[in-house]
Amino acid sequence: MEQLQGQEARLPRIGEAAPDFKAVTTHGVLKLEDFKGQWLILFSHPADFTPVCTTEFIAFAEIYPELQKRGVDLLGLSVDSVSSHIAWVRNVEEKMGIKIPFPVIADLSKEVSLAYGMIHPGQSKTETVRCVFIIDDKQTIRTILYYPLTTGRNMDEILRIVDALQTTDKNAVATPANWRPGDMVVVPPPNTQEMAEERVKQGYECVDWYLCKKKL
Amino acid sequence: MACVSPDGKPTESGTKMLRALKSGLGSPEDIAKDAGLPLFRVRSGLRELAEAGLANQKDDRYELTEKGAELIG
Repeated sequence: MEQLQGQEARLPRIGEAAPDFKAVTTHGVLKLEDFKGQWLILFSHPADFTPVCTTEFIAFAEIYPELQKRGVDLLGLSVDSVSSHIAWVRNVEEKMGIKIPFPVIADLSKEVSLAYGMIHPGQSKTETVRCVFIIDDKQTIRTILYYPLTTGRNMDEILRIVDALQTTDKNAVATPANWRPGDMVVVPPPNTQEMAEERVKQGYECVDWYLCKKKL
Repeated sequence: MACVSPDGKPTESGTKMLRALKSGLGSPEDIAKDAGLPLFRVRSGLRELAEAGLANQKDDRYELTEKGAELIG
């Protein structure tokens, strides 16, 4: 693995416990455990006072109420100081009229960035790329998205993933390509021949025994 | 610190939490509801208040100290 500052850059994986942290943020010192019981989207941006990041912060602030309805907190991060973060979020409010309601980690030591594999030296050795970690209420990583420095994130997709994960958890189903809330969901495939034979008689919409959908 | 200013006085959110403690609430969940603050803010804020000697932690609950009571009057 790539070495950064003498430390091995770890890449967490889906299904693993989210790496623990204690970090200075714009809302005080926060620990991962402070978010227990809630879902959390931890996301990184390359730097404060940069154009794409500013559009993303506004977009995250805009979906914040929708995330709150789903029991999801937001937590930003970059390798900038807390003073820089405070100045930037105040500037966004003053110039663009958008209040940033979520905390932002000031990860000057890169401790959190390295623990979450947010620095990709092929893109930048000093800035975090655009990462999104969706962490569930048990603090397990459920989704990881990486975007390059030049591409702003898609908030609809982030909301869609949260909806899909929470629907999956609640109903023990999967969601097909391009699924949206209200669409049919995929029934888990049967494990035995007997279950396969029963499956086609269960009233689901089946293309064949392994691909059945149902309405929730 | 988010709940205690550098001069040792509680911030607005810190004062809300101290008042909730004074009213007898002790769990972060109850205080978050009462103060209208996100649970993560209350958990970290109560930790700060305890470090500043304004609250005491007993297991998962908190209570106001004399010093904390004096600050909110």
